[in-house]
Amino acid sequence: MTISSTLIWILQLSLVPLLSPAAVGITRKVKALMQNRAGAPVWQPYRDLWKLLHKDEVISEDASWLFRLAPYLIFGTTLVIGAGIPLVTTALPMGPTGDFLVFVYLIALGTFLLALAGIDAGNAFGGFGSSREMMVAAFTEGGLILSLLTPALIGRTTSMAAMAQAIGTVEFSAYTPVLLAFVAFAIAMLAETCRYPFDNPATHLELTMIHEAMILEYSGKRLGLMEWAAANKYLIFISLGANLFFPWGIAGSLTPLAVLAGLGWLIIKVLAFCVGVAMLESTIAKLRIFRLPDLLLTSFVISVIALSLVR
Amino acid sequence: MISWLNSPDFFAAGLGVFLAGAAGSLLLGKHDRAANWWGNGLAVAGAAMGAVFSGLVLTQASPPAVSIATSLPLISLSFRFDYLSAGFMLMICLIALVSSVYATGYVRHYYGRYNLGALGFFYNIFIASMILVVTAHNALFFLIAWELMSLASYFLVIFERREAASIIAGTRYFIMTHAGTAFILFAFLLMYRVTGSFEFETIRTGIGAASPAVRNTIFIAALIGFGVKAGIVPLHIWLPRAHPAAPSHVSALMSGVMIKTGIYMLIRISLDILPRPQLWWGLLILALGAASALLGVLYALAEQDLKRLLAFSSIENIGIILLGLGSAIVFASLDMRTAAALSLVAALYHIVNHAVFKSLLFLAAGPVISQTHTRNLEKYGGLIRFMPLTALFFLCGSLAIAALPPFNGFFSEWLTFQGLFSGIGATDSLTRFFFIGAAGSLAFTGGLAAACFVKAFGMTFLARPRSEVVRRAVEPAPALWLSMGVLAAAALLLGIFSGSVIQLLTKITGAVHDIGGAGAAAGTPSGLAGVKAGYGEVSGPAIFIGIALASLVTAAVVWLVARRRQVHTGPTWDCGSALTPRMEITGTAFSRSIITVARRVLRPSSESDIRYHDAKTGYFPRLGTVTLGRYDIYMPLIYKPLRVLVTLMADYVKKIQSGNINAYIFYIFFVLIGLLLFIDY
Repeated sequence: MTISSTLIWILQLSLVPLLSPAAVGITRKVKALMQNRAGAPVWQPYRDLWKLLHKDEVISEDASWLFRLAPYLIFGTTLVIGAGIPLVTTALPMGPTGDFLVFVYLIALGTFLLALAGIDAGNAFGGFGSSREMMVAAFTEGGLILSLLTPALIGRTTSMAAMAQAIGTVEFSAYTPVLLAFVAFAIAMLAETCRYPFDNPATHLELTMIHEAMILEYSGKRLGLMEWAAANKYLIFISLGANLFFPWGIAGSLTPLAVLAGLGWLIIKVLAFCVGVAMLESTIAKLRIFRLPDLLLTSFVISVIALSLVR
Repeated sequence: MISWLNSPDFFAAGLGVFLAGAAGSLLLGKHDRAANWWGNGLAVAGAAMGAVFSGLVLTQASPPAVSIATSLPLISLSFRFDYLSAGFMLMICLIALVSSVYATGYVRHYYGRYNLGALGFFYNIFIASMILVVTAHNALFFLIAWELMSLASYFLVIFERREAASIIAGTRYFIMTHAGTAFILFAFLLMYRVTGSFEFETIRTGIGAASPAVRNTIFIAALIGFGVKAGIVPLHIWLPRAHPAAPSHVSALMSGVMIKTGIYMLIRISLDILPRPQLWWGLLILALGAASALLGVLYALAEQDLKRLLAFSSIENIGIILLGLGSAIVFASLDMRTAAALSLVAALYHIVNHAVFKSLLFLAAGPVISQTHTRNLEKYGGLIRFMPLTALFFLCGSLAIAALPPFNGFFSEWLTFQGLFSGIGATDSLTRFFFIGAAGSLAFTGGLAAACFVKAFGMTFLARPRSEVVRRAVEPAPALWLSMGVLAAAALLLGIFSGSVIQLLTKITGAVHDIGGAGAAAGTPSGLAGVKAGYGEVSGPAIFIGIALASLVTAAVVWLVARRRQVHTGPTWDCGSALTPRMEITGTAFSRSIITVARRVLRPSSESDIRYHDAKTGYFPRLGTVTLGRYDIYMPLIYKPLRVLVTLMADYVKKIQSGNINAYIFYIFFVLIGLLLFIDY
């Protein structure tokens, strides 16, 4: 391993946790601007994390070791996922954890642990948050896997880096299935990252919250880790959506110049996605909880259509 | 020494140990302690011998076979230990070994209440007959072993005979399994008609002469017959009642191993004995697998009975196995041997994995139930404080069954997905949509299974106790948690070293006629470091080390930053009101949202009944009850008409049932004359 590829590995590993609070901050800022508010600065999430990591912590006397352990495992899982997805280059040998099924099921592992942690403290809100989260997660899985299967089938590979490479060579006239698959993926992404119309990331109103309800009993450093892990997940989904379905500018080699260009493109695309999500959140209303499966099933049906268009 | 250990003599010695265990327990009868140690001790010994034997056979180049002719016509005690048989036998023996060690501690709570001699008798017969089922190579001999297995398990289901539910469950099992056996018999008789033999070897070489219609009929009859045992929807109605009724170590064997014998025979018949399967066989199995997987997990989610939830989840896993088997049959019919090998390896891998984690879950449910005296999820809660080890092992089982990496369930589902993806990529039109549908159902099943086991684990072990009995629960005896620990470790190791497991399973699939050959082995290059199959690659060690390392580094960094901060404990925040166990979420509430979404399939019912102090005006309610349930969709569609038909036929047949013995002798005479004429003709 040469020095430059080591550097790129470190870049790949640290990119998600370093950039994810900014992605959340940008989304919040754009939302604030859309609502005619000044809003907090873009780097506010970093300050929040710093503050939370330096606070005392209260843990429920009903909570078990699972509650204490879960934040580290969930955060660690997002790091592993972040290292496996194509961020700036498709040339990294990340085969074993870069399979898209590994990605989907590692996300599911995080959700599973999060739901258990939500139940653990015996809080009514936590339990209901877990119940809702598992419902949304269960019905998201079909659309998520099948939407990612479309690029996989085009490239005849389930490795995400190779998928991005294959989509990069698809001609414009054959782009329809990719676009359809992207729509399906975007719906699944909003569900998985707890965004409108599935969940309201800004709420603390017990009737509407899903993710926030599960982490209600957390405080201090563990709350910080949970928030950070959620931000990681958000950035992972955004950059995956950007790089798998629109792999423009992503580096095909490990030369420093190409990687730098890839990084630049990644930042531009992530910015565009954040603005898109913020615009969506500002213009639509949250759906009733029992309307959510309809939307998720739509995502599934769209990906089936996309799949049947692939030759 | 080694050559003796894998000779048929040693196999016979192992069977002899089981027989001794059975006979001895029966003799020891009501001496509880002695019957326990004799019966389960010899079961441990017999299972260990069987495991050694089958494990060594797997390392041999050529499979040993033995055939003992009997004085009866057509039937011979013929055994054949090819890799497929030896693989299944190894799985049966290893799970039986762990269950029997567990049983030495577990059956103590039956002391003085039930006859442990009978338990030991049927338990040993049950294990021995399962071994016979997967090694027998003569159809009639197989049927005897099959019947022995069904009867032994029937008596184990009704072992707690003072419980009315056990008797009902047993009766339903008895009827269903014998209806299934009738179909199996029919399939074997058809084979005999074509080939003139009951030996599997002869049938395989001679069945080519059969017309497609006959082969299709054989397949359908075998699918129904073995489908009953495997618990394929809609033939599963006995399973969710029978498995919970048996003692937990028997439930583990029934759910983990016995239902797989049905799958074993489906593999044998559709890919080995009947060469060149039809395309639609595979498509039918894919459809049945998708239905079983989805319905199984939805029913499991709707369950509040811990063991019944686990039983329904067995139906789900049988569905996942069928997805692998169905794609293998489709590929075999299209002569795509590499893909067929991949899918069959996936099916076998999931069979092994399910055997491990389902036994683990049933074994972990055992002490929970025996400590709290209830199977109702709503009565548990907070058991993680009182039974920490059991909780840890149940969590391992839950993670594995929800197919979460790095546990074993993920890797077999990954392989199944790769098989389905190959199918989507390589086939056309209708076949392709079957594969897309199968992949979709597997994806949804994965998500729903995760929800189901968040519920099972969360409601049982987390939050505050919901009843007083929970507070008196203690960790079970060492024999129990040791055997659970072994299975939990196995669930993790079978995942991390998936590459090596797949190498072994690839070797086993080589023994299957329609897959065979070295070409298949090249289809799944894999090793210690990972698996490369279908369109992708995955690595158990990388995922495991990655998660462990990332979490440790996170913990270390956070500790460095926040080491001066304090951690206080306090009561859970609940809006300032007094906190009671009734404020926690219940199992019913947890799954209610998913049930509501899937109401077209699950048909949830809700009846409420309110009694008033003042019946006329109805202002002051005294007592309110709500009964939640669900209707089965297959009951009115299949079983009700069948019942009406059977009753109607019985009414007609009743007319010749006069009760007069002379008339009966006349009937027998009449039938004999008729048969003689028929044969002569």
